[in-house]
Amino acid sequence: MVMEIVCPAGTPAALRAAVKAGAHTIYCGFADETNARNFPGLNFDRAEMREGVAFAHQHGAKVLIAINTYPRAGDEALWHAAVRDAAGSGADAVILADPGLLQYAATHHPDLRRHLSVQAAAANADIVNFYQAEFGIKRVVLPRVLSVPEIALINAETTVETEVFVFGGLCVMAEGRCSLSSYVTGKSPNMHGVCSPPDYVKYYEDAGRLDAQLGGYTIHRVGRGDPAPYPTLCKGCFSAGDKQGHLFEDPVSLNAEQLIPQLAKAGVTALKIEGRQRSRSYVAQVVRNFRAAVDALEAGQPMPQGMLTRLTEGQATTTGAYKKTWR
Amino acid sequence: MDLTPMKLTIGPNQFFWKGDDWTEFYAAMAQAPIDRVVLGELVCSKRLPFYGDRIPEAIKALQDAGKQVSLTSLALVTLKRERKMTGELAEMGVEVEVNDLTALAGLPKGIGFSVGPLVNVYNEGTLEWLAGLGATRICLPPELTLQSVKVLARKAADLGVAAEVWGYGRLPLAISGRCYHARLHGRAKDNCLFACEDDPDGLRVSTLEDQPFLAMNGVQTLSDSYACAAFQIEALAEAGVSALRLSPHSQGFAQICQLFRQRLDGALDETGLASGVQDAAKDVRLSDGFLKGARGADWSGDTHKGKEP
Repeated sequence: MVMEIVCPAGTPAALRAAVKAGAHTIYCGFADETNARNFPGLNFDRAEMREGVAFAHQHGAKVLIAINTYPRAGDEALWHAAVRDAAGSGADAVILADPGLLQYAATHHPDLRRHLSVQAAAANADIVNFYQAEFGIKRVVLPRVLSVPEIALINAETTVETEVFVFGGLCVMAEGRCSLSSYVTGKSPNMHGVCSPPDYVKYYEDAGRLDAQLGGYTIHRVGRGDPAPYPTLCKGCFSAGDKQGHLFEDPVSLNAEQLIPQLAKAGVTALKIEGRQRSRSYVAQVVRNFRAAVDALEAGQPMPQGMLTRLTEGQATTTGAYKKTWR
Repeated sequence: MDLTPMKLTIGPNQFFWKGDDWTEFYAAMAQAPIDRVVLGELVCSKRLPFYGDRIPEAIKALQDAGKQVSLTSLALVTLKRERKMTGELAEMGVEVEVNDLTALAGLPKGIGFSVGPLVNVYNEGTLEWLAGLGATRICLPPELTLQSVKVLARKAADLGVAAEVWGYGRLPLAISGRCYHARLHGRAKDNCLFACEDDPDGLRVSTLEDQPFLAMNGVQTLSDSYACAAFQIEALAEAGVSALRLSPHSQGFAQICQLFRQRLDGALDETGLASGVQDAAKDVRLSDGFLKGARGADWSGDTHKGKEP
């Protein structure tokens, strides 16, 4: 079966563009703290979600709704409402990370298909099978800490479908288990659906160089006129011992397009593209390329080469943990 | 307020210590005025062969000294041998502290367990789910604000689960598949040559302006600052939090245990505890920003005492 392309949509326009470009599946979220891309001007209100789902279904595409932050103590009702409204919108599945919320969805909306979000960082077959037994998950989005052989091993030991990231932003820490951002800004992916948020970024120009600060910490420094990557905390430039540099990760993004045949062989069901914050033209272009790649694979043709490099951050890409040497 | 019901738990050592230092530390903990000790390997499975054979003896010595003992799981389980190791934890005969839900999947049904700070317990629903599976004690994630802790501690009390909060030590902020110590030395994780063994409290990571920021510890990233809940202990006790977790460090740790005990016994006030900890831990910067609410790196002592940050 052809591998499923799972494509982000931050707006109804991006959803329509992705569907028209050939995405099999779109994932999106409500415009509040319940999803991990809680950025101003992004995401769907309830009416837009219903219309988006209807549009996708008319064109034979599916919609998954990410409700993948961790509900705040005392305020679980906001997350419960999101699950209820996802069910009401006709969405094909919800993507959840929090066990309490999975339990809620399994109890109150048993017919709504449940996927385990990457934010749960389920990194081996035992835990995937445990989530299946506890909450009836049908699919797991695997964390970006695994090599291709490790992914193959998970697929060999579970009946839960696997979905993996192939393109876009790269978390170098296990997802959902990182509070670097809240240590510096008070806002975290788990609690607020944001990482290194722009309201805490300041730029300073001095003596021919440009410094980028996050929460008052200098994360990055470039010469004037040089490309300045966004100061995401884990991709900053630091010093330790006698070394200085990008100690955690370079300002790279993920591009695993060349690994698609290996991922298929490893038993992966779906390929996920990161970037609900991206423009609809970006989304459409990425989708067209990946759709061409999986169609070529299905037809026994060679993979198209280097098609996406110019769309990647700072022009530098990595295959991340999929190749074991990255670690 | 009477703080005497509050207990002190020693969390698992997050760092890679030489075997003899490890043994010496737990011998000291057997004599320390603390109630519970969680030991075992949290961060990297490659470290365990260097001290694993010392664990049974340490458990026995701690138990003989009247301490409750638990054994931690790894924080991130990916490899086959790690899964096996995790599945066998309960065979050691002491309570397991789950720090990756994988460990829960491997526990015999119906057996009690505790939940460590690296499991995402952010709300009542998750707390209830864990209690239903047999959790008797939960150390809440350090990222939570006092507001959330209050809600969860109340819920925990209703469910008969003990709620614990991070009281002292560098904060575990992230865990990765990649080893940063190995990367720093130009090595891959599989050929790390134990680059982390020279940094018994982690290796300081500074900004380009030499501002201390984070600490690397193999696959783990911690805060540079040492969390210290001195100024929140009363509020935590009022909220029903029943224990504080002190995370092991190589400097002045036995003394820090004494200071926290004195505070709980009423022999020391919050300022006395904060300044005592500062003296015992020497050149560290303290923080309590996660509990306070604005951001993790902040420290009440800066404003409280009129000191400059």
